Amino acid sequence: MTLLADLEVGASRTVVLVEDLTRTRIVQYAGASGDYNPLHTDEPFAREIAGFPGVFAHGMLTMGMTARAVTDWVGEDRLTRIGVRFSAQVWPGDTLTATLTVTEVAADQATLALTTTNQDGTVVLSGTATCAV
Amino acid sequence: MAVERFPVEAGHVLTFRRALGHDDAERGADTSTGMPVPVTFVQASAQFDPHYVLRPHPGEEWFGSAAGPGFTATGANGLHAEQSYEIHQPVRIGMVLSSTERPGRTWEKVGRSGTLHFSELIVEYVDEHGVPVVTATSVGVRTVPDGADQ
Repeated sequence: MTLLADLEVGASRTVVLVEDLTRTRIVQYAGASGDYNPLHTDEPFAREIAGFPGVFAHGMLTMGMTARAVTDWVGEDRLTRIGVRFSAQVWPGDTLTATLTVTEVAADQATLALTTTNQDGTVVLSGTATCAV
Repeated sequence: MAVERFPVEAGHVLTFRRALGHDDAERGADTSTGMPVPVTFVQASAQFDPHYVLRPHPGEEWFGSAAGPGFTATGANGLHAEQSYEIHQPVRIGMVLSSTERPGRTWEKVGRSGTLHFSELIVEYVDEHGVPVVTATSVGVRTVPDGADQ
């Protein structure tokens, strides 16, 4: 965890969230979260009923991993807001990297820009987080 | 999701932290510290929603594959477009939360494959004393192909 005094505008951190995402990891998230949507864990359903190339990860798994990178940096009880947009699907085999950048520092809070990309550089998640300082 | 009673249990937090890849996930099972839980953990309140549509229920047909590939289920055909959390106080192991939900804004956008229908759902989590803990806002999107009935 960083010293909060180190959170100055422009400070940045890049974190590999997961390498070669496995289907089992997606199942692990389904079990923990309770979201058993077969889109994420059931290949015949995902392909033949939903029309996707196969299963893909819950957006909330990507958000949770990105939030993990944030709280590893600023501290788990300092986050006051996080908001993201899911812009592309995350597939088994993907490697995800989050880039966190401090964009604003005020007297009592700092704002970070969040971008998570896959191994091809495609942005799969973007958003902001605010933490108390 | 509206949930009457969502106990924040150490073992549940442990499994959630493992799924997210926390390298110190076992700390989640430490009931002595009152440690905060991952910010997205409130999503797991689905486990305590007796009618959650994305979980199989005994005696009810499940829309996923079995001998056949499954079928399209009503109310389960959207995708998750956005999510945000306003954290009013950290969620800690040992708390017992409850939640209520209400619809938010709706809007449409024309995309390449049809019209995209966006809708917000706002979930308010409070503690045992009714004090706000987290406000969660999700945006779901479903696509209606050009020329199709909604």
